[in-house]
Amino acid sequence: MKLHVDWTACDGRGVCTELLEEVLVEDDWGFPVARDGQRSPTVPPPLEAAARQAVDRCPMLALKLRSR
Amino acid sequence: MSDALWYFARGSGVVSIVLLTIVVVLGIGSRSGKPAFGLPRFAVSLLHRNAALLAVVLVAGHVISLLFDPYAQLRLFDIVLPFAGNYRPVWQGLGTLAFDLLVAIIVTSLLRHRLGARTWRVVHWLAYLCWPVALVHGLGTGSDNGTWWLWTISIACAVTVAAAVGWRLSTGFSRFPARAERRVAPRLRKELEEVR
Ligand code: SF4
Repeated sequence: MKLHVDWTACDGRGVCTELLEEVLVEDDWGFPVARDGQRSPTVPPPLEAAARQAVDRCPMLALKLRSR
Repeated sequence: MSDALWYFARGSGVVSIVLLTIVVVLGIGSRSGKPAFGLPRFAVSLLHRNAALLAVVLVAGHVISLLFDPYAQLRLFDIVLPFAGNYRPVWQGLGTLAFDLLVAIIVTSLLRHRLGARTWRVVHWLAYLCWPVALVHGLGTGSDNGTWWLWTISIACAVTVAAAVGWRLSTGFSRFPARAERRVAPRLRKELEEVR
């Protein structure tokens, strides 16, 4: 699964970086950046549940989990 | 049996306003973008949601018990239509109003992925109306108005929410205060600087 961030919507509230520490880090402004350097980072299967939580809790509805 | 319903309605009403107070404070806390109350941000958000769902269960119990209560004689349409009741219509009407607002807030929250963030956020602002209406409803109606303990609970709730709103309006509230300014259109920002 891949995590897509809608940058026009994201407000850098950091809920996703907390839930997906293995995949995302915060930049200096608190916005999420993929650790693997991709635009839409790959979420390994064990982290899919956490990714779904992040999609659900993102206050700006900026996250989407897609198969590619 | 009928007395039991009345007691249950009163008790669940009081617990509801306490829970709704917690929900409002957690909601404000989750807006700050900082960890709050010693919890990580996602936990504040989750607790906000779960406390809200619990509050809905209690409010539902409060309303349903009054439907069957022989004193209150709540009719089905009193649940939806405010200020039409027989029993203390204004105070009961405030309860109906708060209930309608709560339903709107909860339903749009549950459907927010379908409705979009904008619609959801606009309706969610109604929380700032719902909470005080519910508080006043509790103080004005019911057999417990004027009792010292209901006043104590209500004042404690009001102080808690007032403190949270004060925090919300303070400059230290958001994690990156400078960000708010970036959202202002560049043309306006220039004018703002000139005004300053
Ligand atoms: S949770 Fe949503 S708004 Fe917050 S940083 Fe992640 S994508 Fe952006």
